[in-house]
Amino acid sequence: MKITVSILAGIAKLLSGATVRWIESQPDTCQRVYFANHTSHLDALVIWSSLPRAVREVTRPVAAKDYWSAGPIRRYIAQNFNAILIDRDEIKVHQSPVDLMIREIGSRYSLIVFPEGTRNTEEEMQEFKSGLYYLAKKRPDLELVPVYIDNLNRVLPRGEFLPVPLLSCITIGPPLWLEPKENKLLFLKRARDAVQRLKEQ
Amino acid sequence: MLAWFANLPPLAQLQQIQLDAPTNILLGVVLALLGIAWFIGRILKRQPESAISPAVVRTFNLRIGSWWMIYVILIAGFKLGYLATVVFFFLVSFWALREFITMTPTRRGDHRALFWTFIAFTPLHYYFVWLGRDYYGVYTVMIPVYASLVIPARVAFSGDPKRFLERTAKIQAALLICVYALSHAPALLDLRLQDSTGRPWGRPTVQREADRLIFAQAQPSEPTGPPAKDSPKPAEPPKPAEQPKAPKLAPRPTPEVGPPGPPVVSAAGAELVRTGSNAGLLFYFILLVQLNDVFQYAWGIMLGKHVIAPQINASRTWEGFIGGCLSTMLLATLLVWVTPFQTWQGALMGLVISVAGFAGGMTMSAIKRERGVKDYGTLVQGHAGVLDRIDSLCFAAPVFFHLTRYFFTSIGG
Repeated sequence: MKITVSILAGIAKLLSGATVRWIESQPDTCQRVYFANHTSHLDALVIWSSLPRAVREVTRPVAAKDYWSAGPIRRYIAQNFNAILIDRDEIKVHQSPVDLMIREIGSRYSLIVFPEGTRNTEEEMQEFKSGLYYLAKKRPDLELVPVYIDNLNRVLPRGEFLPVPLLSCITIGPPLWLEPKENKLLFLKRARDAVQRLKEQ
Repeated sequence: MLAWFANLPPLAQLQQIQLDAPTNILLGVVLALLGIAWFIGRILKRQPESAISPAVVRTFNLRIGSWWMIYVILIAGFKLGYLATVVFFFLVSFWALREFITMTPTRRGDHRALFWTFIAFTPLHYYFVWLGRDYYGVYTVMIPVYASLVIPARVAFSGDPKRFLERTAKIQAALLICVYALSHAPALLDLRLQDSTGRPWGRPTVQREADRLIFAQAQPSEPTGPPAKDSPKPAEPPKPAEQPKAPKLAPRPTPEVGPPGPPVVSAAGAELVRTGSNAGLLFYFILLVQLNDVFQYAWGIMLGKHVIAPQINASRTWEGFIGGCLSTMLLATLLVWVTPFQTWQGALMGLVISVAGFAGGMTMSAIKRERGVKDYGTLVQGHAGVLDRIDSLCFAAPVFFHLTRYFFTSIGG
């Protein structure tokens, strides 16, 4: 099982030619939420593969159920990467995805989330959805780590299923937390800016 | 169709690349020089107060580091055999292509065309290069003709007309420079070389059934074979195991004493076969290209005044260019003993390599300026910047290959 995961991670890294840069931050196994811009279906896999092995083992990507449970290959990959699958259609009706994430990570796991919600086709990042704010509010102990993904949208753009092995870059920045009395809009803007800033560095 | 499959060479082409004594000497000398250069680099690094600026020392050390890498991988390829060497060049091409396309903006509509460029054309091209000289026609035509037609067609099918010609041209240029041009270097390994007097030199890497038949039955009807091959050649048996005998059988005459006019090959033709190895010629070529870069840089620093095109590259001067040409010609002449060339031919080859290498550097500089990046290496941090190292190699390889093929194999007549 572990060998397959290592091989899968290796393939993901090779295919995306990902360079990983840690800027003012270090890999750590403490509980974190990595939040990134969303450009490609590969995003979660590549970020996950870019983490050192010890960190990888306690990190779970959050992914869309409709995509990652379609077909045996995707289901197999999602299972191996220990993904938390969120049902995008039933979010509001039955249970909040934030509660589900908090339940799933317990006191051990970290998360990889994409607060833009859907993949971005434009150059500019979209506004962040509020999930990150509620996550930070319910679990203020979690470190919120911004991640910027560059060029992965060209490796596997929306609507394509065959990747082109270009070079991409994953930049991981310094953690931030929800400030006391900080309101939702301000916090989400600050989080988005943190990702945006990594683009220039 | 079946016959075509049957004619494919067996995997025995993993076979060893022959390295003769002069080649081994050159490899040894270069190894020693690299060791000395590495040592000097260490010393310079320890003395930050020296007259040379730390930036130059860092560049020097990086250069030496990448040379070590090229050297080790190339020698490993030679030792592992022909297939390994071709695969090595394939990987370099593939990585360079990644860097090139990553740097070049493409649109969503180019995705499928890019996919075929990476996944189909690049490996297929190197496959035909590996098949060797009999497939010269295929690997010479496939990318310039067929890839150049397929790519714009595939982009057109995607239905995005914006800047169409510009986008397709970028992909074509990337494929042509990174894959097609560079592949002429490993293609040298399978040429059936001879010196300018027509005496066979070295040994092509791919030994085919056809070769064996010709050598065994003394048939002159081989399409690409030289007319001189109509007698059996004990010096070129198909079995690699017997190869070490070849140098002993054939003492190497000096280049000047070659008989002029049509080659004289008797039943004892082996006596006239000059030893040599295609791998040695490939190494000679790569060495000259790499050192030519250094010569041009060094002459430019020492004497450089007249910048050729300041908007393209402010450090390339006429003085550097001419100094580099002369130095490379001199070196090419001095090392002519690993090649089938005579002295003056070596000098001309040096000149050609120098000019083509310079052109390659200028062209890639222009592309980089247009994109506003300094090095391909800094494009994505942490990557070595393969394209920075091979730009001159890409431009010099086809010229060197074709000159060698035309004048130093039998096809030139």
